[in-house]
Parts: sequence; C-alpha cells; structure tokens
Amino acid sequence: MSLDGAGRLLEITDLVKHFPIKRGIIVDREVGRVRAVDGVSLSVAPGETLGLVGESGCGKSTLCRTVLQLIEPTSGSVRFEGQELVGRRGRELRPLRREMQMIFQDPYASLNPRKRVGQIVGAPLALHGASGRELRSQVQELLERVGLSSEHMNRFPHEFSGGQRQRIGIARALALQPKLIICDEPVSALDVSIQAQIINLLEDLQDEFDLTYVFVAHDLGVVRHVSDRIAVMYLGKIVELGPAEEVYANPIHPYTLTLLSAVPIPDPRENAVRKPIVLEGDLPSPANPPPACRFHTRCPYATEICSEIEPELVDYGGGHWAACHHPLHREHPEAIAAAVPHADAAPR
Amino acid sequence: MLRYIVRRVLWGIALLFITSAVIFLIFNILPSADPAVLRAGRNAGPQQIAQVRHTLGLDRPIYVQFADYMRAVFLHFDFGYSYQYNYPVRALIFQRLPATAFLVAGAVVIWLGIGLPTGIVSAVKRRSLLDRAMMATSLALISAPVFWLGLVLLYLFAQDLGRFPIFPGQGAYAEATTFFGRAEALILPWFVLAAASAAIYARYLRSSMIDVMAEDYIRTARAKGLPERTVIMRHGVRSAITPVVTLLGLDIGTLLAGNAILTESVFNIPGVGRLLLTSIERSDLTVIQGIVLFGAFFIITFNLIVDIAYAFLDPRVRYQ
Amino acid sequence: MSDALLSVEDLEVTFETDDGPLRAVSGASFSVDRGETLGIVGESGSGKSVANLTVLGLTRAPNTAISGRIMFDGRDLATLPAEELRRVRGNDIGMIFQDPLTSLHPFYKIGRQLAEAINAHRDVSDNEARERSIELLGLVGIPEPERRLSQYPHEFSGGMRQRVMIAMALINDPKLLIADEPTTALDVTIQAQILRLIAELQERLGMAVILITHDLGVIVQVVHRVNVMYAGRIVEAGTLDDIFYDPQHPYTWGLLGSLTRIDRARTSRLSQIRGQPPSLIAPPQGCHFRPRCPHAFDRCPETPPLEARSGSPGHLDRCWLEPEEKRVVRITSSGEIGLEAREGVRA
Repeated sequence: MSLDGAGRLLEITDLVKHFPIKRGIIVDREVGRVRAVDGVSLSVAPGETLGLVGESGCGKSTLCRTVLQLIEPTSGSVRFEGQELVGRRGRELRPLRREMQMIFQDPYASLNPRKRVGQIVGAPLALHGASGRELRSQVQELLERVGLSSEHMNRFPHEFSGGQRQRIGIARALALQPKLIICDEPVSALDVSIQAQIINLLEDLQDEFDLTYVFVAHDLGVVRHVSDRIAVMYLGKIVELGPAEEVYANPIHPYTLTLLSAVPIPDPRENAVRKPIVLEGDLPSPANPPPACRFHTRCPYATEICSEIEPELVDYGGGHWAACHHPLHREHPEAIAAAVPHADAAPR
Repeated sequence: MLRYIVRRVLWGIALLFITSAVIFLIFNILPSADPAVLRAGRNAGPQQIAQVRHTLGLDRPIYVQFADYMRAVFLHFDFGYSYQYNYPVRALIFQRLPATAFLVAGAVVIWLGIGLPTGIVSAVKRRSLLDRAMMATSLALISAPVFWLGLVLLYLFAQDLGRFPIFPGQGAYAEATTFFGRAEALILPWFVLAAASAAIYARYLRSSMIDVMAEDYIRTARAKGLPERTVIMRHGVRSAITPVVTLLGLDIGTLLAGNAILTESVFNIPGVGRLLLTSIERSDLTVIQGIVLFGAFFIITFNLIVDIAYAFLDPRVRYQ
Repeated sequence: MSDALLSVEDLEVTFETDDGPLRAVSGASFSVDRGETLGIVGESGSGKSVANLTVLGLTRAPNTAISGRIMFDGRDLATLPAEELRRVRGNDIGMIFQDPLTSLHPFYKIGRQLAEAINAHRDVSDNEARERSIELLGLVGIPEPERRLSQYPHEFSGGMRQRVMIAMALINDPKLLIADEPTTALDVTIQAQILRLIAELQERLGMAVILITHDLGVIVQVVHRVNVMYAGRIVEAGTLDDIFYDPQHPYTWGLLGSLTRIDRARTSRLSQIRGQPPSLIAPPQGCHFRPRCPHAFDRCPETPPLEARSGSPGHLDRCWLEPEEKRVVRITSSGEIGLEAREGVRA
C-alpha cells in the first residue's frame, strides 16, 4: 500500500505489537492481548517531518519503540532505506542503529544521573569507536550546536534545567549523525517558552543536518507547527493521515476533529464561539478494543455499520487518507467549521 | 490475590526441594572429613571404618544416598543421627528451639519498640539535635560487635560478676526452671540481640519516612486539613513501614535459623545457635546439616509470609 | 479589593537555603471574588504554586519567612494559629494538585480517603460520610460511584483520578477551590473534560476558583481574570480580553508569541524568549525580566510597581514602557504579538 511520502526513508507495513496478558494459578496461560499497535502502515520520506498524534494509550510510544526495534514486533515489516529491520539480531542491527535515534519525553528520566554530560553525549560515539581527544572535540561541538557550552561537559544532569537537559538529549541523539530521529513528545514536559526554544532548535538542526523526524506529541498546536504530514492514531491504528495543513483545515475522521476541538485557541473571542466535540468517558482498553470501527463507542456520528464493518484507510486525494464510514467533510462539514474556526483554511 | 498466594507457596515448596538438594551436595560430596572416620572414633582400624561406612549407608551410590536423604527429610521428617550425641538430629533441634524462639521473640519486641518510634521521630524532626543524637547512638550500636556488647553488659550488670548486679548472669537460662525465671535470664541477651537491629530499623525507617513525607499524597493529606499527627501516622508511616516488614521477616527467619549464635554463646543459652557452634567444633556433620536444612525452612517460610503480607499492605502488588 | 472573598496583599515568601535566601514570592497581591475564576499563569519558578500553597499555610516551616496579609472571609490567614488554619484547609478552601496518581494515597481505597476528608472537619456517621462521598462522585461525573468507592487509586484512569481529587476537595462545600495545574499531566481531550467540569461546578456551587497553570491556552476556556507571574512577582493583571488583546508586559508578549496555534498556518519560526528564568537567590536588580527583554532600557534597573498604565483601571502591569510604544513593539515581524527586538523602534 503506498501511503505516500515517495522515495521512502522509512517504510512501515502492517506493523503489529501485541503484549500478552497472562493469568493462571500455577501455569501462565495467555488470556488476552494488549493490542498496542494493531496493523500500522506508514512511510516517511527523507527530510520530512511526520507528526504522530494520539492520546495516551493509543500506542504511539509503543509504535516508536517497535520501529526502532527496541521492542520486538509481533509481526509486520519495517524497512529503513530499503533494508528490513524486523528479525535482525543485535549485531546485525548495529550499523543501522547509527542511522536512527530517539529523543525522549522526560528530560529528567532519560539522562543517567550518575554520568557527566560529556559521558552521556559521548557514549554513542565511544560505542562506535571514537576515543580520546577526537571524542572530546566531537562532544564539544555537539554541545555547542545545541546551545550549551563546552564547559557543561563535566557537569551532572541535575545541575541543569528541563530545557537544558532536553538539549543534552538532543546532542546525544545527534552524535552519530543519524538520518532519522524519532522525537517522543520531546517538549511535553517543558514550560511553554522553553518549548518554543527547543522546537526552533529542532527545526534548525533539521535544516543543517538534513534530518528526517517522526514527531510524536499529543499537543496538536506543536505538531502542526513542525510537521509536513500528520498521522492520527487511535487504539493502535492509524485513523487519518495526510499533509498537515490539509488535516487541520479539513479533518475527515471524527476523532481528528475531537482532538482539534479539544485544543484551546488562545483567542478568547474565537474560542468562545466554538462548538467543540467533547467525548465522555475514557479510552477503551487496548486489551479489549471495540469491534469494527474502534472509535464507534465514543463517536457522535456512529451508525450501525460502524459497529459491524471495520473501515479501511481510503485515499481521498492529495495524499489525505482516512478510515471512516462517515467522512466529516462529506457528511458533517458544519461540524468542522463550528469546532475549529479557520483564519486561513486551505481551499478544498 | 489467590493466584499470588498460591504461586508463592508453590514456589516456596520448590525452593525447599532445591535447597535440600544443594545442602546434600555440600555435606555429602564436598566435606573435608570422612564421616565414617569421624563416626568410628579415634582408634578405629580400616575394617571398623568400612563397617561403619556400611552401617551409615555411605558405601552406596550417591544418587541412592540422595534419594534416601530426600525421602527421609520430606516424608518422615527424619534428619538423621548425631554422631556425637547418638541422638536423632530432629529431637536435638526441637529441644533447643524453644530457647532460641524465646530469645528471638523478646528481642524482636524490644527492637521494634525502640527502633520504630526512634525512626519516626528522627524523620519528623530531621536535623534537630534529637535526630542527630539518635543517629549517632544508632551508629555506635550497629558498629559494636555483638559479643563485645554482651560481655560488656555482663561485666556491668550480671548478678554474679557485674558492677551493678541487677540481672541474672551467664548460664542463668539453663538453670532457670520457671517461665519468669527464664524471662529474667534473657533480659540482658534480649537487649544485646536487639541493640544492633533497633539501630538498623531506626535508620531504615527514618530514611523511608523522609522519602515518603516528600510524596505528593502527604501534601494532599495536609491540604485536606488533617491533623499533622494523622498525616504522619496514617499516611506517612503506613507507606514507610512496608519495606520494614520485609526486613523483619527475613531477620526473624535467619535468627531462628541459628543466627543468634554469638548471643547464645556469650550468655550460655542452650539454643539452636549454641548447638550449631558445638557441632562445628566437633565436626558433627549430620547435626550441622540438619540445622542448615531447618534454617532454610525457616527462611523460606518467613520469606513467604513476608511476600504475602506485602500484598496485604500494598494493594498495587496484587494486580501484577 | 476589600470585600473580595480572598485578598492577598504584598505576600512575600522567602526560603532559607544552603546557598542563601530564596525569594520565591516577592510582593504579590491578588484577589478573587465569589463566583469568579482567577487564572494565575507562570512557568516553573514563577512563584505561582508557592503563593497559593502559602494561602493554605502549607509552606509554613522553620526555614521559611512569610510576610504580607492573606485576608479570607474577614480573617488574616497569614497570622492564623496552625490549628485554626487547619480547620480552613479542606473545609473553606479546597485544593487540587497536578498529578492525580501521586496525589492520592496508593494504599487506601477511594471511599476511605473521601470519608477522611469529611471526618477531618465534621462529626458524621459512617453512613452519612458514605452517602456524601457517593453524592460527590456523582457530581464530578464518575459512573457507578458506589462500586468505585471500594477501589484503589491505581484502578482509575488519569482523568477519573483527577475527578476524584476534585470531589475530595469539594466535599465540605468550600468557598474557594485552588487548582494547581490540574490538567498538565492529562491528555488534551481529558483536559477539556476536566476544565469543563470545573466551570460547571463553579456555576452550580457558586464558589470562587483559582486556576494555576503555565499554559495560556488552558485559561482561555474558563477564567474571568488573569494574573501573569514571573520570578516571584505578578507582572501583569487584567481580564481575559485585556491579557490576550492588549497585553502590556513583554513577558506576556513572549508567552503569547511562543504559543502554537492550530488555526494558523505554519510560521517559519516560533517567537521565543531567549535565556532562562533567573535565580531567585540572586535575582536581577529592578525588573526581574530585564536580562531576557529585548526592549529593556535605562529605567528598568528600578523596579516598576504594579500599576494601571494602559488606561483600563483593572489592568495592571509592571513595565516602564509607554503604552503607545508597547502597542508598536509588541507586534513582531510576522504580524503577531510576540517578543522580538525591532530595529529603529526604541529611542
């Protein structure tokens, strides 16, 4: 299935990760599975930023870790520059690991508090053979590139603020000059003004080093700002995918509209006239997802067919795909305008 | 919950089997002295030694010996015969167990009664003079060797040779006949055994309390308007005490297994520890083996109790 | 200001640390009326949490110096004896916190924790406490409340837990609810639910609400008035419209500029505030924002008092710039409000 992003750097096909749930008094029997990632297909073109949005429990973090083979997939394929990653052993993966790196959400938990910054940033380099003075100078250069100074090399993580620690994490990810960086909610734990700094930094680095990003977030404003294309996940599946501007201006799947309408618009008058879709209750358990369309239990537009037949991802043109029996732009266009008044909507 | 308990119990039984096998290995494959020689006495000739070996069944293949051993232990609860006393090991241990149990019980009560409040007060009044004094004292008590402390206390307080003769002296336990007589004889040993543990528990609980009192739910409890005493006891101590419970279970298990050996020796208490000491001196392998096996049983059992208790104390553990 | 429900005047909170005195709050004054929601916006280290914890007396400690007045319902909470203040906490003033998982005791059932909140202030029977707990759980929108009473916190989802916290804070019918970053740890859809719930409850129960957050977006939905705090001081105060349409302080411009929007096209770069919040042990002299402000000039080393300068009486700020100048310099090169140095604009 070609979900576009031609000339792909990363191609994910029908990726599945289920976590078994075991019960039993004496012997463990598998009684169910947490379907964290349940058949995801995506591709990422070189140099682009793919935004991945969804709530907690939708599987986006599991997806990232499974793509990088930090977690072993249950089934499916992940191709990086045409090479299959799934099924490869540790040593075979190592040269490919250089090319794919990850930045984590929690700047307090993702740095080893017992190591100095220089060691943290230098560790990937050392692992791949660098040492001595060359190692030091590379580390210094990296720190400076992310806006820290070389004198920070000898300090410990706890001496830095959240934003600075995130910069350290970025320097570490850049160390091996990867092609792809997966950013798992890199700014969620930061204050708003520091978020802007880090986002600007990530964008500058992308231009300078020709990086490709997969940017995971639940903050839709941030995702819109940085992404070229956006994928929306719900309970382990992609429900909508398309160019960022398109998805925001003309969402097709009701869940996407829900996410959009939940984001406050920092303009009191505009915000006051919105009619957001507010869902009640919590996300269903990924161990027991609703049958057919997973969203039908919370969807304000669901009908009988939604609980019987699972909708497929359909191409609506221009690289905009969605999986829904009642695409919003055809059946409820007024809901879109009511929930998200547009200052400058892209013409359809 | 049921699943949790059943699994722990089954695992405990399995562990007993494995431990018994390992003990058998240590005592029957590795020992330095030939048990037949030991049993036969000093001036035994080679024929007598061979006879003894046959009687003891030591000339049979190892796996047969092992099967007999396991069968004896698990089906008949038979731990063999002491070479020295010519007495069933099991009976020997059971004779000594009450003294050790009494010693340990009293010590536990004292060290919890002193250690826990000390830990709580130190944590609540952190960095105060009281806290520093308590921690310094506890450090001293942990550092002091048990036998040294015992001897010093005897020197000071024993009725027969002490400076301030208040308590019965060494050997009093063996001579005592009534329950209270025995209890009186154990007062000094209780304190000796409890000293280091009280100090350890105080420090442990203090550290645990300091962590717990910094948690968000303590702030919520205060924001609800609860009196500080309730916040400390019902919210703070309740959380902080769970690691202490684990520690307690293991401590009791190991003490019953003969870990009170030093205290029992200093005060001449006829407990399991003393039996272990004399058996080691005389290379009475069967007794040593029996005590080790018994000890493993106690430790595994108390470990099990602690695990189950933990599930009652911390509801999150039940839903693994 | 004097007939407001809560009126904080010139609050100063200083912690003695190993490195010297840390001035967490230096001269904050704010007030809330019945039926009103006040939003206090600021980042980590702004003093917003400390100020509100101090209202409840939760920062009282040997190494903490507190001065100023905290007038609540006719009494000065700052000088109230500890036992009387305890009777206010959880009773007249309720507070909820950021992380509902760690803010509830993991070992006790929800029902017990709710009952405890009631029993701390009233003498009621177990049954009455139980009835009241069920009533509150229903009020905050938790389905099957009777069953949920005997569950533990870890059996609830994040959003449900926060609802439980709200129920617990409201169980004694407080006049004021202080919500310290109640939605920061939650997903954006749950955030919307919780904010809507707080707004509904406020209307229904007629209480005052202080909503503390670092996210300007959150306050857009529920507050009437806003105070912006920076490095221990209130730097701007006004109505929601004042802050969003006529912001007077460069820090506010910076906050507004660094917001991402879902209804605007991508701009090339987010307007950012360079540098970091200052150390509260050795803050800059005069205006605390000076080192990061591209519009700083020679009057700034003198601390600007919080005054109404822009013409609108309830709209206060701490910036020496003239209002006409502000209107010009706060527009960045992308045509939006933000913080950016502009060539040839300052004298």
